[in-house]
Amino acid sequence: MMEEHLVDWSRAQFALTAIYHWLFVPLTLGLGFIIAFMETIYVKTGDEFWKKTTKFWMTLFAINFAIGVATGIIMEFEFGTNWANYSWFVGDIFGAPLAVEGILAFFMESTFFAVMFFGWDKVSKGFHLLSTWLVAIGSNLSALWILVANAWMQNPVGMKFNPDTVRNEMDNFWDILFSPVAVSKFLHTITSSYIVASLFVIGVCAWYLLKKREIQFAKKSMVVAATFGFIMSIFVILTGDESAHQIALKQPVKLAAMEGLYEGKTDAALVGVGILNPKKTLQNDEDEFLFQVEAPYALSLLSFHNIHAFVPGLKDLVYGNEEYNIESAQSKMDKGKIAVNALKMYKIAKEENNLINIAKYEKILNDNMKYFGYGHLEKPEDIVPPISITFYTFHLMVALGTWFLVLFGLILFFTMKREILNYRWLLISAVCSIPLGYVASEAGWIVAEVGRQPWAIQDLMPVGLAATDIGTTNVMISFFMFATLFTILLIAEVKIMLKQIKIGPKGGH
Amino acid sequence: MFENLTLLQLQQLWWIIISLLGGLFAFIMFVQGGQTLLGRLSKGDEVYKTMLINSLGRKWELGFTTLVLFGGALFAAFPLFYATSFGGAYWVWMLILFCFTIQAVSYEYRKKPNNFLGQKVYEGFLFVNGSLGVILLGVAIATFFSGSNFLVDDNNFSHWQTPYRGLEALLSIFNLSLGFALFLLSRILGALYFINNIDNDIIRNRAVKSIKIDMLIFLFFFLIFLFMLFTNSGYGYDANQVVHIIEYKYLINFLQMPYVFALFIIGVLMVVIAVFFTIRFERTCCIKTAGVGVVLTVMTLFLNVGLNNTSYYPSTFDLQSSLTIINSSGSHYTLTVMAYVALLVPFVLAYIAYAWYQMDKVKITKEEIEDPTGHKY
Repeated sequence: MMEEHLVDWSRAQFALTAIYHWLFVPLTLGLGFIIAFMETIYVKTGDEFWKKTTKFWMTLFAINFAIGVATGIIMEFEFGTNWANYSWFVGDIFGAPLAVEGILAFFMESTFFAVMFFGWDKVSKGFHLLSTWLVAIGSNLSALWILVANAWMQNPVGMKFNPDTVRNEMDNFWDILFSPVAVSKFLHTITSSYIVASLFVIGVCAWYLLKKREIQFAKKSMVVAATFGFIMSIFVILTGDESAHQIALKQPVKLAAMEGLYEGKTDAALVGVGILNPKKTLQNDEDEFLFQVEAPYALSLLSFHNIHAFVPGLKDLVYGNEEYNIESAQSKMDKGKIAVNALKMYKIAKEENNLINIAKYEKILNDNMKYFGYGHLEKPEDIVPPISITFYTFHLMVALGTWFLVLFGLILFFTMKREILNYRWLLISAVCSIPLGYVASEAGWIVAEVGRQPWAIQDLMPVGLAATDIGTTNVMISFFMFATLFTILLIAEVKIMLKQIKIGPKGGH
Repeated sequence: MFENLTLLQLQQLWWIIISLLGGLFAFIMFVQGGQTLLGRLSKGDEVYKTMLINSLGRKWELGFTTLVLFGGALFAAFPLFYATSFGGAYWVWMLILFCFTIQAVSYEYRKKPNNFLGQKVYEGFLFVNGSLGVILLGVAIATFFSGSNFLVDDNNFSHWQTPYRGLEALLSIFNLSLGFALFLLSRILGALYFINNIDNDIIRNRAVKSIKIDMLIFLFFFLIFLFMLFTNSGYGYDANQVVHIIEYKYLINFLQMPYVFALFIIGVLMVVIAVFFTIRFERTCCIKTAGVGVVLTVMTLFLNVGLNNTSYYPSTFDLQSSLTIINSSGSHYTLTVMAYVALLVPFVLAYIAYAWYQMDKVKITKEEIEDPTGHKY
């Protein structure tokens, strides 16, 4: 039996690591390409201005990269240290993308990182440029594999349960790699990261323009970043639409939480802005919102690409809805308990070498296996994630994403068609948008991860079963140990970054 | 191709790959060893220290990456080990992670203006990573032979049986002897690397001097480790997968796998020869010989503990909970898929070697480090 609060502390520890890690990764993913674009211009034109520009952004990239790598390693090993049961139950599948990430992506990044920074006068221009591109590609490949792994947790496919080993085993690698959830998650996450990086570059440049320094450098960097950011903002809307569609199909409870939707609806409207009613529960008939502005039909369209489609609400998903053939959580829990019990009986039959019972319980297990995780829940309402966190972070992400598209468009227009130095409001907005990029990006992950609670593996393994039976005190101590370390390193990074920005591109490398 | 291998063959193949990665990781730990030599070799001279740090700084990520890959490969190929060891020996692994986290930022932040903690703190981080991190890794690896206190239940979920969560391993002379041996070996490799990579007589002379001392202490700990390894009992299993304690198991393994034993002897001799040639004949290229020697030595030790019907992660609490390559591995399908992915490893090693060659064609000099326009740590 797990200690009380152990799971919460384990969750907190992983959330801490993930949130800190994700403060650094998006910039790395996007800035890598922005640098590669700039160096390509340098190699094409031979213009030393672009070399200096590339080197400046590279310095900021390196400062950020180091701490991203540091926090990343903790995440990989925390699957083992804090989620040991999970590591066995799905390690046969989940471990593979992590190993592939190591072989295909990390080595590419780390090898060519050294060439990128120290090879300016040691290798040819072409090889150096190739190295810069390979660092950018390597970091994005790294994101691909970890996002494939994460997508599999949201939508487990390509495997079968083996009752002899009591774990899920991979039976189709390609199903895992190319699952629609994995594809949309990867595309949505990396494009949103490119936006974070573009906002960072634009914000830094706007600061220079507000200070009336590095003007040429700032304007040219802005054009590169705003073009990249604008294109990616359009793309992020398209990938976001596909993500929402996949969530509607695979994680309907998460979608309902994202929209604060308690009662299922046809012709469902999308909440643009809203304040949830804190008194609302699954059991009462209070209004869902204190205030909301809706876009008619948009939720049905977004979810199922049909303006009249029925979008199930939390009540339908928890208590069932016969009209729309939605099974209740209680029914799934019953089947889950049958699966759990069948596994026990199967093992007994194995020990007794009772072939008839082995076959019998294996069939029962297989018939009910897709509800295995429900067998470990205590009540139907347990399938509902924290609604307010999921709702507000989702809407914050969408609102900020819309603002970024507008901002990139304005920056491009005013940089190319007007004298942007005269538009202080726009420059101030650009500077203020740097942290907003991070807020939106973190909010996206909160939607994805909080929204799928209580599942470690959707429908198969609740987090309570996944945690290492380790003692709450151990996890608390390591939580504060790493919280302190990460915070110190974050302060160091921010201070160094600010100083380097203040020094500017003329400050050398 | 790999589909036609039996599950046991795939398990053996993956243990060989894990062993190779372990060997490569031990070699790459010259970075950690070098970090503990910064004070001794620079003797407070900032330019020398910067030369040393820049020499290591161009390689530190390879060690970090190898550790990540080593972990990822264990996760994919032997997930029950991943769950049991990492979840059980919690504090040993957490401290190792802590030591590696502080390394990652130190190179980049150390000399940057406004770096919040100051240069000395980052240099302290590098020392902690190079000393405590390596010793803990050695101790963790030694438990592959000496065992740990855990129980694996019917569902293959593991339960650690001591409240010290892995720290109890630090009380074993056997474990500590490997930890200290690995630490000293990494210092020797670090010194050999500096001799090869830096064009400076003063640093070279100091590195040779440090190798002499470290080699003597290394041999002391390594021989203790070997003596205990060859005289202690080990954990073997029979055809029914029942684990037994077998006297002289690890010595017997070497004798029953003569090729592995021969490679082990060759590996140890290569390290000794590399050190001898560096000291006696002032050779500068012996990191290569020593590197191959270390890879062979460490790899064969892993092969010893994992092959020949040996439990590579024994349980001292419940013998039958001990992990073997058979009961802890991934499925046939996963091992097959991963084997195809592993075909890319030679390609990866080739581009690492090429990039390394390109970057190290010209050795680091004082002039390069004092050039204000170059990127440096």
